[in-house]
Amino acid sequence: MGDNAEPGLSAAEIRDLRDIAGTMIPESPEHGVPGADDPAILDDIARSLGRDLPVVRAALAAIAGKSGGAFAGMERDRREALIDDYYTSGGAPAVALGRVILGAYYRDDRVLLALKMEARPPFPKGYTLEQGDWSLLDAVRHRPPFWRDDRPSAAGKR
Amino acid sequence: MAQNQRVNERVDVLIIGSGASGAAVAWSLAETRMRILCLEQGDWVRSTDFPSNGRDWEARRYTDFDISPNRRGRDTDYPVNDDNSVMKIANFNGVGGGTVIYTAHWPRMHPSDFRVRSLDGVADDWPVDYWALERFYDENDRMMGVSGLAGDPGVPPRNPPMPAIPLGKTGVRYAQAMNRLGWHWWPSDTTIATTDYDGRAACINLGHCTPGCAQGAKASTDITYWPLAIRAGVELRTRCRVREITTNEHGMAAGVVYYDADGREHFQPAEVVIVACNGVGTPRLLLNSTSARFPNGLANSSGLVGKNLMLHPWPIVSGYVDEALDGGRAPITSMWSKQFYETDPERGFVRGYTLQFNRGTGPVNEAITSAATGRLPWGRDHHRVYRELFGYRVSIGVACEDLPEEHNRVTLDPVLKDRHGIPAPRIDYTISENTRRMMEHGIARAQQILTEAGATRLHASRTVLNSPGHLLGTARMGEDPERSVVNAWGRCHDVKNLFIVDGSIWVTSGGVNPTSTIQALALYIADQMKQRLATLFD
Repeated sequence: MGDNAEPGLSAAEIRDLRDIAGTMIPESPEHGVPGADDPAILDDIARSLGRDLPVVRAALAAIAGKSGGAFAGMERDRREALIDDYYTSGGAPAVALGRVILGAYYRDDRVLLALKMEARPPFPKGYTLEQGDWSLLDAVRHRPPFWRDDRPSAAGKR
Repeated sequence: MAQNQRVNERVDVLIIGSGASGAAVAWSLAETRMRILCLEQGDWVRSTDFPSNGRDWEARRYTDFDISPNRRGRDTDYPVNDDNSVMKIANFNGVGGGTVIYTAHWPRMHPSDFRVRSLDGVADDWPVDYWALERFYDENDRMMGVSGLAGDPGVPPRNPPMPAIPLGKTGVRYAQAMNRLGWHWWPSDTTIATTDYDGRAACINLGHCTPGCAQGAKASTDITYWPLAIRAGVELRTRCRVREITTNEHGMAAGVVYYDADGREHFQPAEVVIVACNGVGTPRLLLNSTSARFPNGLANSSGLVGKNLMLHPWPIVSGYVDEALDGGRAPITSMWSKQFYETDPERGFVRGYTLQFNRGTGPVNEAITSAATGRLPWGRDHHRVYRELFGYRVSIGVACEDLPEEHNRVTLDPVLKDRHGIPAPRIDYTISENTRRMMEHGIARAQQILTEAGATRLHASRTVLNSPGHLLGTARMGEDPERSVVNAWGRCHDVKNLFIVDGSIWVTSGGVNPTSTIQALALYIADQMKQRLATLFD
């Protein structure tokens, strides 16, 4: 599924990623979904880093730095506050971290099924689009043309 | 000649670039039975390559199908230094060019767009008008396969060959709001097939049109013009990156130097050279084609090659309604409004904009874009808020006309090069005060519409992450060689067997997606060439 199978993150970085991803998108029994620290999702994230590996690595290091290396041990409120602060101020690494986590999370079968989505790619089945009420166009059909006609023959008509 | 350079057989016509304009001009000229060759730096893209075949369909629009070449980073791409631009450059390098990754929204320019100096006292008039292009618009609509609905009072008459895309729930929501406001709207023309058309099946609503259509319902020139042009005898050679256009002792184009897939250098001689590399690639190539006779780049005696870049600032206003709609499960394009297109001095700016009404997006993109704008929190509230957003999005794009300014330009970066060592383009671009006023006006109107449609949580992005990718104006048309690069039918003033047919020859930009006009103009130039074959170089 990932676009690059390059082995990248170390075991310690994977652990950090797990703690951070689980804070960003926690498990929710209420909504019937796993957290982004679920093993299958975490594995998908790690395998999907591809060209984002260096910036994600930088993001993990920045968060570790901000937490004094104790992110996992912090209380939930403090972890969430740290993530919020970093995501809004961390620039490209923060955005990349969010993007790869969300990209893997919202294609997980369990997450999609909980959203009442089908767990499949768009092709080949596609979807159905209803026509809608074309009589709504009646209000517009009868307007006189209002584009500017630059032809000499149109002079004086509008 | 460089050592080990291969010299190929001479062709009559050499086209550089196989995108919107290159394909159209190749197909049109094929009937002359001249030997025509097109060099394309990218590959053919197979339908099985497109993201919507796989479960990572959304993530890939941020990687190998990103519209930014810098982000995409394929070895068929060239880098662009757009650090000094508030808008980022988008393109696609492959057979079909930008048509592979466009949204397929298909408005035409208006007649007034070709007469901006005469009508509104700004910029310059074009040396051609809408009516000269009209039959080529029609021909191109048939070739690309356009869906839409005749009778729109906001645009000149046209007759799309296929029915419009259904309104769907999203379109109905917009239409009801527009009717309450008393403002114009109309279903958009698109190049998405709504019936079986010329080998393409009717759209099955993959909902992911921009990064390529796996079904082939969206027209791109690799599946429209090119099969016909190749059948008619045109040769299309892929993985050929042109470094420079060379000239002979008479100051005429002699051919091009290019690198093939293995990095080997070739010289390709030609009687006529046609450049179709878009508004960034074309000036890059001309500026890289220096010689003792043309020290400032080819066809650049006016000094205007690369200048007057127009990128179409395109604010997007989004919000969320209380009804699940059809976003992500249908083409993003829905309808347009021309209510604010023509100049109205009361608004405080000249020229105008199209409003483009969009459907929502898929689950990943909803999450990524909402997190980026601060709508979607991290942590314990994430799931609750996400469920208030996903499926409920409405958004309107404001397609603003961008007037030409010489300080907005493409030059050669002194450091950055592509993998063949060819200097990369550098972009310097700012948004003018007139355009800023237009943007704010459009944002306010879009907010008014979305509010009328019942949307809340409104958010306006003035310059979005991926800009529309409309690259225009950097080798403008005109009658005066001191004020333009090409004449009224695409021939360079300075080099009489060198033509340009892409968006770089635009004089002004209009407030519309440009592809239909780029192609109509390419067909018009091809027609002019065919009419003048005996005197083409006079």
